[in-house]
Amino acid sequence: MVMLSETRTESGTMILNMGPQHPSTHGVLRLLLELEGEVVVNCVPDIGFLHTGIEKTMEARNYHQAIVLTDRTDYLSPISNNLSYVLACEKLFNIEHDVPRRAQVIRVILCELSRIASHLIWLGTHALDLGATTVFMYCWREREQILSIFEFISGVRMMTSYMRIGGLAADVPEGFEERVAGFVRSLPPRINDYEALLTRNPIFLDRTRDIGYLSREDALKFGLAGPCLRASGVQFDVRVQFPYCGYEEYDFDVPYSNEGDVYARYMVRVREMRESVKIIRQGLEKLKGLKGEEYRIDNPKIAFPKREQIHRSMESLIHHFKLVSEGPVPQPGEAYGILESPRGEQGTYVFSDGSNKPHRVRFRPPGFYNLQALPQLVIGRMVADVVACIGSIDIVLGEIDR
Amino acid sequence: MFDWISWNVVLAVIAAFVKAFVVVNALLVAFAYMTLTERKVMGRMQVRYGPNRVGPFGLLQPIADGIKLAFKEDVTPSQANIWVHTIAPIMALVPALIIFAVIPIGPSLLIADQPWTWYIANINVSYLYVTAVASLGVYGLVLAGWASNNKYSLLGGLRASAQMISYELAQAAAALTVVILAGSINLYEIVEQQNRSLIPYALYLPVGLVAFAVYLIAGVAETNRAPFDLPEAEGELGAGFHTEYSGFKWSMFFMAEYVNMVNVSAIAIVLFLGGWWPAVPYLGETVAGIVGPIFFLLKLALFMFFFIWLRSTLPRLRFDRLMGLGWKVLFPVALVNLMVTAVIVALWPTGVWPFI
Repeated sequence: MVMLSETRTESGTMILNMGPQHPSTHGVLRLLLELEGEVVVNCVPDIGFLHTGIEKTMEARNYHQAIVLTDRTDYLSPISNNLSYVLACEKLFNIEHDVPRRAQVIRVILCELSRIASHLIWLGTHALDLGATTVFMYCWREREQILSIFEFISGVRMMTSYMRIGGLAADVPEGFEERVAGFVRSLPPRINDYEALLTRNPIFLDRTRDIGYLSREDALKFGLAGPCLRASGVQFDVRVQFPYCGYEEYDFDVPYSNEGDVYARYMVRVREMRESVKIIRQGLEKLKGLKGEEYRIDNPKIAFPKREQIHRSMESLIHHFKLVSEGPVPQPGEAYGILESPRGEQGTYVFSDGSNKPHRVRFRPPGFYNLQALPQLVIGRMVADVVACIGSIDIVLGEIDR
Repeated sequence: MFDWISWNVVLAVIAAFVKAFVVVNALLVAFAYMTLTERKVMGRMQVRYGPNRVGPFGLLQPIADGIKLAFKEDVTPSQANIWVHTIAPIMALVPALIIFAVIPIGPSLLIADQPWTWYIANINVSYLYVTAVASLGVYGLVLAGWASNNKYSLLGGLRASAQMISYELAQAAAALTVVILAGSINLYEIVEQQNRSLIPYALYLPVGLVAFAVYLIAGVAETNRAPFDLPEAEGELGAGFHTEYSGFKWSMFFMAEYVNMVNVSAIAIVLFLGGWWPAVPYLGETVAGIVGPIFFLLKLALFMFFFIWLRSTLPRLRFDRLMGLGWKVLFPVALVNLMVTAVIVALWPTGVWPFI
C-alpha cells in the first residue's frame, strides 16, 4: 500500500487518493490511483472502512436474533440478505421442503421488488456519477414506492427483517396485492422514461461504450457474479441454475450481453428490471390461489406459534417461551444458503455446533468479488472512467466490509 | 480655468458611472435570482418543488444563501499559497462583471434632445474587448486550482484552462463570421446591421445558423456549465478547482459562473439574434428605444432556461472527448464556415443575400 503522504512517485506519476470521502465511490471505498496526467496507471482498492463485525456478532446471537443483523450487510436489498441466511438455516434445520407455498411466493415477490429497488438506486447513482441528475430523482421516486410497500408489510422501510426460518414474520396485510400490482403496472413506462434519457443519448454512449471492458474469461477468473458476469457473456443466474423458493415455476429470461463493457452492464440491469416485473406479475397470479393459507411452517420447535394459540394452549406458551429465551436449536452441521441478489450470487454459510447460536456465519458478498475486477477495468483509462466503472459494478460497501 | 471641460463630457462620465453601478448590481441580483430560478426549474423537471420555505415561493432564498455565505468561515488550506488563493476568485469574477460594459441592450434614442444609450461604453472594437476580457477569466480558475494545494483542484484547474482556451477559438471563429457579415467589430453596429436587414444573423442560412450553433456549444463550454462542467465535475473531482474554497471566496466563483452565463447569452443575442430585434424595424424608433431592452431581456431569459434545461437533461462529457469535440469538430466547422462566409461576402458585397 502506498503511503498517503507520498504525492509523487519516482517515475513522475501522481498518487491520487480517491475516497473514502468522495461523492462517487458509493460509500466508503478508498481507491489509490496512480495517475499519469489524467490516465490511470495503477489502481489499488482499499476496503474495510465500513467494517461492522456483523459475522462475528452473529455468533453471539441465537438463530432468530441473527436475522436482523443480516439486513445491515447489503443495505440496498436487505430482503435478499435475510433470505439467504434464512435459506441456509432452513437447510440446517432440514425444513427447506416444508416451507409453505404462500411464504415462498411472497418471498419471491419481495425479492424481486428489492431487486428493482436496488437496480433503481444503482441506475440513479450511476447516472448521477456521469452527470445526469434527473434520472437520479426519477429513480428515487420509484424506489420510494417500493420502500413504502415494505413499510406497509413490515413497518420498516429498509431494514425489514421480514423473513423467518420456515416462512415469514407475518402474513402480508390486506391490500398488498393491489399495491404491488399498481406499482408493477406503473413501472415499465417509467423505465421507458429512464431509457429515453440514457439508452441512446450520445454522451451517455460515449461515456459507457467500450469502457471498462471485461472478457468472459476474466469475469470467470475473478469469480464475478450477477449482472456484471452476465454482461460479460456468461449466462449464469442462481435463480435458474440453483432454483430456490420455487423460481423454477416462473417464466422469465436471464438478460445477458457479450459486450462486457459499462454499457452492457447498464443494459443487462435495465432489462433485469423488466424481467422482475414479469416475475412479480406471475407471483401475484399464484398468490390469488393461495389466499388464507399458512405463511409460516407449523413446527413449534423452530417457528413461533400463533398469538391466539399462545393464549389458548399451554404447549404453545412453553414453545413460545423456549423460542424467545433459547431460540431454535439445530443439529450440528453446516449449510450454505445461496440466492441471486441484485448484485449477484449472495451466499450465507452457517456452521452449527449443536448449540442455540451459530458457531460461525460467513457471507459470500457478490460485491466483494465484483470489486476485485475494478483495477483491471480502470487501468489505462481516465479518471472520469474510474467513476463510470465503479458505478457499473454496483458495489455496496456494507456487504463488502461486513 | 476649466473652460476646456465641456458639460456634456461631465454628464456622460456621470451617466457612465451610474450605469456601471446599476449594471453591476443588476448582474449580481440576476445571479442571485438565477440560482433560485435554476433550483426551481430543475426541481420541476425532476418531480420535486425546489426551495419554497424562505419567503413567499422561496423568493428570499437567495438572500438567505447570500447571508449564510458571507458569514461562513473562510478556510484557507494550511499549505496553500494564500495570496494566489485569495486573488483567484477576484480574477474570476471581475472580468465577468466588466464584459457587460460594452453590451448594448437597447437602441439609442434622444430624450429631450439628450442622447440616451443602453450601453456603458461603445468602443469601436467592442467584440475584441469581449474576447480579451473573457479570456482573462480563465486565470482565476487555473490559479485557484494551483493555489489550493489539492490534487483534485489541480486537475480541475488544468481541465478549466485547456477547455476554455480550446473553446474560445471555436467561439471566436464563429463570432468572426458575424463580424464579416456585418462588416464591423462594434457590437452596437452589428445589431444595427441586423435590424436594418430585418433578419438576425442566426437566420442567414446556412452560414449564420452554423455559426450560431458553434457559438452556442462553445459558449456552454466557456461557462463550464453542464454537460461541459468538467472543471468542477462533482462526480469525479469533488468540486474541481473550487474544492478548497468556502464562504465568500467560493461564492465569488459561483457568481462568476452565473454572470458568465449572462454574458455569453447576451453576446449570442447581440451577434446572432439581433439584440432588440424585432423592436426596431416594426415598432418605430422611439417605442423601440423604450421596449427594446425588454425584447433583449426576454431572449436572455430564454437562454437561461436553455442552460438549465441542458443541465438537467444531459450527462457530462469525458475530458478527452470534450477536447476532441472542440478541436476536431467545432473549430474546423467554424473555420470552414468563416471561409465560406468570406467568399460569399466577397462575391456579393452589396449585401444581396443569395441564400434567403
